[in-house]
Amino acid sequence: MVNVTIDGIKTSVPDGSTILQAAQEVGIRIPTLCAHPDQSVKANCRVCVCEVEGNRLLQAACSQPVFEGMVVKTKSPKVIEARQTILELILSNHPQDCLNCIRNGNCELQDLAKEYCIRENPFEMKTRGLPKDFSTPAIFRDPNKCVLCRRCVETCSIVQGVGALGLLNRGHNAMVVPSMGQNLADSPCVMCGQCIHACPVGAIGEVEYIDQLIAAIADPDTIVVTQMAPAVRVAVGEEVGMEIGEMPMDKLVAALRQIGFDYVLHTNFTADLTILEEGNELLKRLTTGGKLPMFTSCSPGWINFCETYYPDLLENLSTCKSPQQMFGSLVKTYWADKMNIEPKKIFSVSIMPCTAKKFEASRPEMNSSGYQDVDIVLTTRELGRLLRMSGINFDKIEPSSFDSWMGAYTGAAVIFGASGGVMEAALRTVYEVVMKEELKDVNFTVTRGIQGIKEAEVDLNGTVVKVAIANGLANARKLMDQVRAGESPYHFIEIMACPGGCIGGGGQPITKSNLKREQRIAGIYVEDEQCAIRKSHENPEVKIIYEEFLKEPLGHKSHELLHTHYHAKNKKLI
Amino acid sequence: MSYKEILASYKDVPGGMIEAFHAIQGQYSYLPEETIIEAARVFNLPVAKAYEVATFYSMFSVNTRGKNVIRICESAPCHVAGAADVVAALERELGIKMGESTSDGKFALELTECVGQCQATPVITVNGKVYLDVTPAKIPDILAEYK
Ligand code: SF4
Ligand code: SF4
Ligand code: SF4
Ligand code: FES
Ligand code: FES
Repeated sequence: MVNVTIDGIKTSVPDGSTILQAAQEVGIRIPTLCAHPDQSVKANCRVCVCEVEGNRLLQAACSQPVFEGMVVKTKSPKVIEARQTILELILSNHPQDCLNCIRNGNCELQDLAKEYCIRENPFEMKTRGLPKDFSTPAIFRDPNKCVLCRRCVETCSIVQGVGALGLLNRGHNAMVVPSMGQNLADSPCVMCGQCIHACPVGAIGEVEYIDQLIAAIADPDTIVVTQMAPAVRVAVGEEVGMEIGEMPMDKLVAALRQIGFDYVLHTNFTADLTILEEGNELLKRLTTGGKLPMFTSCSPGWINFCETYYPDLLENLSTCKSPQQMFGSLVKTYWADKMNIEPKKIFSVSIMPCTAKKFEASRPEMNSSGYQDVDIVLTTRELGRLLRMSGINFDKIEPSSFDSWMGAYTGAAVIFGASGGVMEAALRTVYEVVMKEELKDVNFTVTRGIQGIKEAEVDLNGTVVKVAIANGLANARKLMDQVRAGESPYHFIEIMACPGGCIGGGGQPITKSNLKREQRIAGIYVEDEQCAIRKSHENPEVKIIYEEFLKEPLGHKSHELLHTHYHAKNKKLI
Repeated sequence: MSYKEILASYKDVPGGMIEAFHAIQGQYSYLPEETIIEAARVFNLPVAKAYEVATFYSMFSVNTRGKNVIRICESAPCHVAGAADVVAALERELGIKMGESTSDGKFALELTECVGQCQATPVITVNGKVYLDVTPAKIPDILAEYK
């Protein structure tokens, strides 16, 4: 331990702590811009400078380790003035665009400018004048707003193992660019959106589709139908000032109706359906010598990744579409029929924790209903904007429930939102199908939690099925390299592109730290516990769709509507 | 040697990518796109990272440029000693602006940081060969060596 004095407060902290960490211990907040709680030290913005006694130069608190007897001043006039100058310099290269910016009100640079009372900037204003990159349907980049903190670069390369982003040049000419300085669409970007969470400012964001939604709602001939993923409810409250997990589902449904959706359905319905299809696909592969291990296929960022980096393993991917796309093809066929609505009048809107789902919906093969199956995808953040725009008061709003035929769901669907959830849901069903007996305890807790790679075994009538779960694509790489080398001991592997699973998806409320991801995971299991039915095959509406329409899992209709195929991306700049 | 052979020969050398880029640039006078993509493959890095290396050092260029690369030091000592006049003379003589290449593909004009010859400023280099105490009057003779 090392004894230090910070702003007159004496404390002792572990060896190797930084000034920033020591200050946090005693409840003193030092401003930061490039520092990130889950990342390596960058020390490139200098916003965190402090005075250290005996040192003429100010020290960066995020990188400077403490030493015995160190005396630090974090808010002396000299420090405040230096931070103001540093901010003025950063802002002199930054577009003054807050009013139009996707991060207005949720931006680390804007907050700092506010805290340090930046008014008139003495430095000459000089922005980069570069075009925005809207080359993908999911993620945009505005290089003019980049403050060069490099947090996105670390996320993309270290957390996601993609490496789509890097630096160009150095010094005052430096910029963050996708591979070879090309558009994001030409880079290996898988559209996971994790860089959006990493970015302190509005230099990266989701491509918004709010205007298209409002136009559809305005058109009296269009029937606007929505589905919503399980990870949305647990997080969307954060957008309207609630605690994690606090948003009540029935009030959220009511709010969606107030926004103007004609019908409110749930992706959870097709999550349950996915379990029936995917569970049976697994059993079929196990009994008929199909390609193993089988990989889950509900995370479109992961699909992009597999198509980019592991095209030789595409046959291992389950052919099941993601729940979003199963929903899309059914809403314009089965549901339209049930409701007696012309499919071409349906505008199908999906609300997702995910940015990659925007891309998935735009894939040319996703039109098995004869129309584009999902018309637009909104993220949880866009839903938050809609809720605020509509001025919804959650204290007053009368609860409402989901519409019929594709609105019922079980706890097994709810847990799709957390890493390990698809695996647990599948095991709940596969166990009962194989063993023909009731599963006493539905909780497979080994599959739960935020750790990067988890593994488990289940004994099904003497056959030991080995499963593994990875979240975050750098972790997926480890399991994939094993499979490629022919050394994988597993039968079934669940992969979610985003750390923690969909609750940490690229479209969720801005999530700077992993702590928040863990809290949302907890919220997911609370909701599962509260469900009366917790096994997908017991979903009453799923039973009906098989009786009346699909007939059987993996049947002819399923193949037409619920399954898909994959293509190697053959990207040059990987 | 083809660029693939060059890269392969540096595969296991520490700092091999930078060395290989030097060797490739010696042949092509810049780093063509395919050489950076191949370098990423050989050294098992993302293309974005190889590009980062290729653009970090001012001695590498990722743009096509003339065969003979003339660099003028723009650091303070050279600047004070009249580097701007040398630049103007070069621009006039070659009929191009700083950063451009001549249309016959013979010369490229670039700025560089201090090359460590501050005792005899201004300094220019042509393909790495250093010329000291350069004045506008010396430019035609220097260029003639490469025509
Ligand atoms: S990134 Fe932040 S500071 Fe910059 S324009 Fe957007 S809100 Fe304002
Ligand atoms: S969206 Fe994902 S893959 Fe694309 S640049 Fe961002 S972190 Fe990398
Ligand atoms: S894009 Fe955002 S996260 Fe990436 S370096 Fe720029 S400011 Fe930082
Ligand atoms: S936060 Fe310390 S240098 Fe950026
Ligand atoms: S300043 Fe030009 S060589 Fe040193």
